[in-house]
Amino acid sequence: MHPALQGLITIVVGVGGCIAYYYFSNLFLDKVLFPAKGAMAGRNINRANMVRPWLFLMPALVALGLYLAYPVFATIHLSLTQRVAGGGFEFVGFENYVKMSGEPKFWEALTNNLFWLIVVPAASTAFGLLAAQLSDRIKWGNVAKSLIFMPMAISFVGAAVIWKLVYDTRPAGQEQIGVMNAVWLSFDEGSIWSFLFLKLVPILLVAGFAVAIALMTWALAKPVVQRNGPVSGWRTAAAVLVGAGAVWLIYKSIFGILGIATASLPYGEPQTWLTMPFWNNFFLMAVLVWIQTGFAMVILSAALRGVPEDTIEAAIVDGANPFQIFFQIKVPQIMGTIVVVWTTITIVVLKVFDIVYAMTNGQWETQVLANYMYDKLFRANDWGVGSAAAMVIMLLVTPILVWNVYNARKEMR
Amino acid sequence: MDNIVGKKSGLTWAVHISMALLVALWLFPTVGLFVSSFRTSDQIATSGWWSSLGTQERQNPAIRIEGDVVEVDGQFTISGNLFGRTGVTVGAWGTNSREPQAYGPGETVDLGEGQALTVRENGDYTLAAPSDFGDQRLPRVFTTAETPPEFTLNNYSAILFDQRNVDGMAKAFFNTLTVTIPATIIPILVAAFAAYALAWMDFPGRALLIAAIVGLLVVPLQLALIPLLKLHNDIGIGKSYLGVWLAHTGFGLPLAIYLLRNYMVGLPRDIIENAKVDGATDFQIFTKIVLPLSFPALASFAIFQFLWTWNDLLVALVFLLDSSGETTVMTKQIVELMGTRGGNWEILATAAFVSIAVPLAVFFAMQRYLVRGLLAGSVK
Repeated sequence: MHPALQGLITIVVGVGGCIAYYYFSNLFLDKVLFPAKGAMAGRNINRANMVRPWLFLMPALVALGLYLAYPVFATIHLSLTQRVAGGGFEFVGFENYVKMSGEPKFWEALTNNLFWLIVVPAASTAFGLLAAQLSDRIKWGNVAKSLIFMPMAISFVGAAVIWKLVYDTRPAGQEQIGVMNAVWLSFDEGSIWSFLFLKLVPILLVAGFAVAIALMTWALAKPVVQRNGPVSGWRTAAAVLVGAGAVWLIYKSIFGILGIATASLPYGEPQTWLTMPFWNNFFLMAVLVWIQTGFAMVILSAALRGVPEDTIEAAIVDGANPFQIFFQIKVPQIMGTIVVVWTTITIVVLKVFDIVYAMTNGQWETQVLANYMYDKLFRANDWGVGSAAAMVIMLLVTPILVWNVYNARKEMR
Repeated sequence: MDNIVGKKSGLTWAVHISMALLVALWLFPTVGLFVSSFRTSDQIATSGWWSSLGTQERQNPAIRIEGDVVEVDGQFTISGNLFGRTGVTVGAWGTNSREPQAYGPGETVDLGEGQALTVRENGDYTLAAPSDFGDQRLPRVFTTAETPPEFTLNNYSAILFDQRNVDGMAKAFFNTLTVTIPATIIPILVAAFAAYALAWMDFPGRALLIAAIVGLLVVPLQLALIPLLKLHNDIGIGKSYLGVWLAHTGFGLPLAIYLLRNYMVGLPRDIIENAKVDGATDFQIFTKIVLPLSFPALASFAIFQFLWTWNDLLVALVFLLDSSGETTVMTKQIVELMGTRGGNWEILATAAFVSIAVPLAVFFAMQRYLVRGLLAGSVK
């Protein structure tokens, strides 16, 4: 049978089946099981109304249970077992996890993922905020927004092709067809532009990142350090943890700045960007930032428009300049939305697979967890370790899951 | 907003320029691929796509002279145009890869054995000799010429309409379509009923269910791959369209229910209560009132699910693609081309654009609904 025909039949059967299920199950409930007539009419109506929600929910619950809830438990189980020759599974405890933690590729994937988790949400949110703020102030803002938003519609694989062309390399002497190399080769050693774009701008960027981290950590740690207001034990612990992470990041940034300042760059030689260890991760991240910025922009732009006018007017009357208005009036008021955007992008990052799979397939030290897992499951056929890797992803998602559920519950009350 | 007190901000120009830069930066990579898909492989390999938009001077690959020999008064000549088109201006030419710019346009060069070659400014050439050329290899001509922009649709016709082309996308295109349409329609229906129950019916455990759905919203589908593949194999679905439709339905449901419930809760209570007082059953209220009113939310989710299933690679890899390759989808086909045809940008660019074109069309046509859905889905 032709697949298209099969698809058509599936649509008809699926949609028809769903409608028939809902219609006839309701009919059955009202007419046969609990008919609203006779001596028991009142009680029957009540009973029917108690059952009906579950009729409506049944197909969705079955699908959700089978396709999302059951796999969580099945994966936990699989991660604790091992396939034995000749079929069947045996329980091996945490052996898969131990095996996984002995693999350098796993640690490479985990570290890379942590970099992805810091860089992509931060850069997407920052660019998104910038684009939202700028586009709200100009006439052609809507066109600009729609163009920045456009990569959202492009598949990760399509984006991988687009960016592979950007990163393309031709041997020295030939004309470069990738933009990155063409731009790179236009820089000369010692020229003012090279100094500006390849030394000063990166240094300022990294320094800005370090300062931003320091400010954010200080804002978090301030109540704990100054001991004003109620400070609970877990909050102190969280502050210490965040503080330690921040100190590490700032330490790394300072070394990064020194590295950039002292590095001698190989001017005039075309670079193969995707095989450059460590930095190639950032070239892959650029693809996801490019895609996710539109999302951040759309949501933050709506939030910025929701900022009450009178707070801004008051600030203008008090003589605030546009930067003060933005950073001290608008941004604090949309902090909640920024957090939502940040966490949503974080989840996308944790699941990122297609980009790495299509562009480098984890070679040249670009492995990430999702691709590592895929490798284990379908290339090495090691279901135990693959499931253990999936559990690591689940574990990283869990805090966000809990936070989301907590917020949703708070809102419903 | 800064105009509130009647003062025009001095930053206006800076805002315009930075926005233009940002948009250009975001558009540039896509435009590059788009332009490349209309160029021949020679053009792509010899110059950056950005230089193809204007007239450019470049060194062309060698062109071997060929054509019919004409005999006039004992002189054998071959003549024609090197480029097969007009508008090219030859600046210099040569017959040797070591000296590709040896001669100027219009010069006649003696190639030995009485053969003489002339290349004129517009690319016309004449090769003359006192005896027939026989089977002898004709000379190659290296040119440095100013070439106006030239684009071709051949890449698209090869990728889309050439049945024998193993790199073709036609089959993959229809397979993707076959995956996408049922996987978009079915979850909408299932989710709509569930969302109505969660929004407008009162029953114990409702709050818990909503919380569970918010939780499932972020469960990575990576967890589901192995257990479900095992399940599909056990119940006999295996790797098939049915499997991938079911998987997409399951993975799309949390967002669908969440979006639709949020929208339905916001519908005016009066309408629904009036209908109840008038004796409408829940089933009637749902089909006659709630469903039509929820159209914007349904459209939002439909776009999301469409984009997601169309662009998906992982679910198709696991639940659909087998070794036969008969069911390949476009994303997989592109990844394969990246492996086997990594340097052939004309094929890659065209294939990628074939797959990108449909979502982009949907995106620009229905952007309003997409934005609305995003806002409903994440801003609380």
